[in-house]
Amino acid sequence: MTATAMSARSDLTELGRSETALRAFLHNLPGVDQVGAEQRAAQLGTRSIKATAKAWAIDLAIRMVDLTTLEGADTPGKVRALAAKALRPDPADPSCPHVGAVCVYPSMVPYVAEVLRGPAGGAGPAGAGAAPAGVVHLASVATAFPAGQAPLEVKLADTRAAVAAGADEIDMVINRSAFLTGRYQEVYDEIVATREACGPAHLKVILETGELATYDNVRRASWLAMLAGADFIKTSTGKLPAAATPPVTLVMLEAVRDFRAATGRQVGVKPAGGIKTTKDAIKYLVLVNETVGPDWLDPDWFRFGASSLLNDLLMQRTKLTTGDYAGPDYFTRD
Amino acid sequence: MSERVAVRKTYKLYIGGKFPRSESGRSYLVQSGENSTANVALASRKDARDAVVAARAAGSGWAGATAYNRGQILYRAAEMLEGRREQFVALGIPGDEVDAATDRWVWYAGWSDKLPQVRGGVNPVAGPYLNLSTPEPTGVVAAVAPAAPALLGLVSVIAPAIVSGNTVVVAASPTDPLAAVTLAEVLATADLPAGVVNILTGRIEETVPSLAGHRDVNALDLTGVADAELATRLEVRAAENLKRVLRPVPAHHDWYADPGLARMTALLETKTVWHPKGG
Amino acid sequence: MFEYAPAPESRSVVRLQPAYGLFIDGEFVDPTDGDSFPSINPASEEVLAEVAAGGAGDVDRAVRAARTAYDRVWGPMPGRDRAKYLFRIARLIQERSRELAVLESLDNGKPIKESRDVDLPLVAAHFFYHAGWADKLDHAGFGPGPRPLGVAAQIIPWNFPLLMLAWKIAPALATGNTVVLKPAETTSLTALLFAEICQQADLPAGVVNIVTGAGGTGRALVEHRDVDKVAFTGSTEVGKAIARAVAGTDTRLTLELGGKAANIVFDDAPVDQAVEGIVNGIFFNQGHVCCAGSRLLLQESVADQVLAALKRRMTQLRVGDPLDKNTDIGAINSAAQLARISELADAGTAEGAQRWSPPCALPDRGFWFAPTIFTGVAQSHRIAREEIFGPVLSVLTFRTPAEAVEKANNTPYGLSAGVWTEKGSRMLWLADRLRAGVVWANTFNKFDPTAPFGGYQESGYGREGGRHGLEAYLNV
Repeated sequence: MTATAMSARSDLTELGRSETALRAFLHNLPGVDQVGAEQRAAQLGTRSIKATAKAWAIDLAIRMVDLTTLEGADTPGKVRALAAKALRPDPADPSCPHVGAVCVYPSMVPYVAEVLRGPAGGAGPAGAGAAPAGVVHLASVATAFPAGQAPLEVKLADTRAAVAAGADEIDMVINRSAFLTGRYQEVYDEIVATREACGPAHLKVILETGELATYDNVRRASWLAMLAGADFIKTSTGKLPAAATPPVTLVMLEAVRDFRAATGRQVGVKPAGGIKTTKDAIKYLVLVNETVGPDWLDPDWFRFGASSLLNDLLMQRTKLTTGDYAGPDYFTRD
Repeated sequence: MSERVAVRKTYKLYIGGKFPRSESGRSYLVQSGENSTANVALASRKDARDAVVAARAAGSGWAGATAYNRGQILYRAAEMLEGRREQFVALGIPGDEVDAATDRWVWYAGWSDKLPQVRGGVNPVAGPYLNLSTPEPTGVVAAVAPAAPALLGLVSVIAPAIVSGNTVVVAASPTDPLAAVTLAEVLATADLPAGVVNILTGRIEETVPSLAGHRDVNALDLTGVADAELATRLEVRAAENLKRVLRPVPAHHDWYADPGLARMTALLETKTVWHPKGG
Repeated sequence: MFEYAPAPESRSVVRLQPAYGLFIDGEFVDPTDGDSFPSINPASEEVLAEVAAGGAGDVDRAVRAARTAYDRVWGPMPGRDRAKYLFRIARLIQERSRELAVLESLDNGKPIKESRDVDLPLVAAHFFYHAGWADKLDHAGFGPGPRPLGVAAQIIPWNFPLLMLAWKIAPALATGNTVVLKPAETTSLTALLFAEICQQADLPAGVVNIVTGAGGTGRALVEHRDVDKVAFTGSTEVGKAIARAVAGTDTRLTLELGGKAANIVFDDAPVDQAVEGIVNGIFFNQGHVCCAGSRLLLQESVADQVLAALKRRMTQLRVGDPLDKNTDIGAINSAAQLARISELADAGTAEGAQRWSPPCALPDRGFWFAPTIFTGVAQSHRIAREEIFGPVLSVLTFRTPAEAVEKANNTPYGLSAGVWTEKGSRMLWLADRLRAGVVWANTFNKFDPTAPFGGYQESGYGREGGRHGLEAYLNV
């Protein structure tokens, strides 16, 4: 890290102590021109990824999937099946990699942990909190997901419970109500408190970009989350029609790139919601490749929050290996 | 008691709002009215150069003035001309011509704040952009007024150039320059900023070639150049910095007819500005 | 690393003939007093086809064919019927757009993603737009019954061969003129394919004539006494020669010439989009763009930050096979142009500017130039004053808005300019003061058939596109 970056880093940690400083900083970030950002994302969407590049990208995308179910109807049986699939997405092909994580509600965490880590957290080397490298992570949404409209103590208790049950990644939602009314300090403090409640678990901060509405807000919220200690910034809850889009992800990628340049700390990005096809996923990987470069082309730094995406990736993967188009009946639906 | 001895006028150039003699010190003799003569300044290439400097200096202020303001000043020129009608008649300009020249100022005065609407507007581009075209003055215009009609022709060359914000250096009718110098007096009292109109008297062959070659002149109006061979030579010189060129007007041209837009539009640039529309 | 595998667009859609004649009076004919020359693929130096070089006699034949077609067919034809022919041509271009795009990339060297996504859609749009004008000229604001000029001689450059053809032919035909068009000698092939489209559209013979050849053919066309109108797009030097050639005649002239556009970035700019705009401004079409943003003016308070971002972005540019769908920068159009770019870039180094290019492997065959920026450039350097017409950016700095305007306008050119600032009133203040025919604010290199395009000062005169563009072909 350069001397400038070091001093910038200490300056930036000061920001969270004053609403005024925080506001001044966020409002002074360079603006985002909507038309230009959307055009850049669209242009990158025309990249043509074929043959070996496609095979490489599909395997990487599988490894980046946060296989997600967030339904009121989720049951232990349903999430166990999902966890099994996460470990071996294509039972017919042992060379197929496992996914990045399973993402569920806090109440479902113990059942997923059973599958991923063995009974009662026993076999796995990690108890609650950190997971060893190379395993399928266990992510839980928390903080009164998806609206986040609960008292802070409730949100923190939600977080602690998920971690205690075995989650090593927490997907929290920011307080959009506070953000949109300009109470940045409040948003910041909640993230800091949640970060603390996470203990060793990684914190993904969901901006819910569909509710932030403008790219300027997305950039500001990205910085706010990173300043407050987010390990990942994530686009959406998946509960709104306006979920992840390439331009929103582009703006967030630019933010993590600039944040690392300013502070030396690397933050991950997770688009979530609406990413259903291999073609979509590859567009995002191109976006990552040409915006922040290979440092982020890794499941530690980029994830897809998705459910149906995995099967499409598997079908395309089979098509590449066999040469024939695959059919949905040959892949599990959970 | 003896008859009063008249005070005669010295006819000088009009450059940068002032009335200098030619820097060359030369003049030439022309008929003034029915039974007197006058010495008129014989402008040199250096006078032409000084006039371009004055025109350039006046450019940004005049182009930057509001269209409303320019229109008011052109209308003021009509008022001043109307008031001096008899003076022009005494110089031998027919009353009808003075009236037509006055009306021409009025006509062009009204164009200042309409031309941008008629010649510009929003273009419906296929994308999320505001796209706006607006006319702008081309800059310094060097013009040759027709030999006749001396006043109406001169006004018809000057007014369409300056109404949009150009500034001009105009070579007046060599044979009939008194109307031009008197028009300069009209302009000097019409609140027209110094340098917007500069008037040279003398020989076209002497002043205009240097104007045609001048790199700080943006357009060349050859309206009054009767010699086709000279006109071609001037147009060739104008190509050196790609001046906008108005070619000579035939001698039989009807200067009393509706002038249309062509003389104004030939001295305009169109600027098109794009800006994205996003939230 | 995410290595993109080659993704070449198929050439099979293009069926080239070994040799092409001139397109005169509705037919392909051999030149009578001309010669022929090879048209090569600048990315491989492969000969694509042999193209005829029209002589003065051929030019005369073409002008006579255009005159006859004007007098007997096209001039008297009702506007609504002219419109239908133009609509037909527009549709045929859309239907054959992939074929045209591939041929354009083969012959010109531009990336297929640009010929496919920029050039061809604009070409079709240009014909559609002007088709609609053909029967509405009474309402175009030029008074009742505006008359066409007659025969238009049109000479176009090699940087956007088909798009420049569209910019010339569509308005000329819509207003009732007939044309003789000379494409640039290195890029004749899409114009000849366009001639086939004219045949396919049953366009009456002689309305469009295409005479291929080099400078001599162009000179014969410009100096032909029976053309009523000359429209030229190309270098300022040739534009001046044409202006001299038509002096003293009744021939009307419009010129769209060179530029040295300033792209001005303020410290409140949307930086990421500005960087995209800078890249698009100078590296689009290998910088073979008359309105390229070839002078980057950075406000000193953000100069280092923007430069760092620009360099980082430039490392992502993919230079290589124009037919690869992932190529960002294709081949330089000709050996001669490559020599000119190299000469000016060397002058930049010799005059003391600092040269930088991202690491980038260039193919062995063909004509290539890596994307390049020069920093530490002074206004007096040749690379800050002369049009390079290649992927070379000169970076200068400024402190205040007034200084930005002064530097931007300090050139004999005046074609285009760019402004990047999020402050609306500053943008409008600058737009008023920049002496340029097109001002792109918070965007760059955008084109549309409805938007007039053309320059101030030595960038030429007249406008192409929009209602304004019609005037160049009407007696008003």
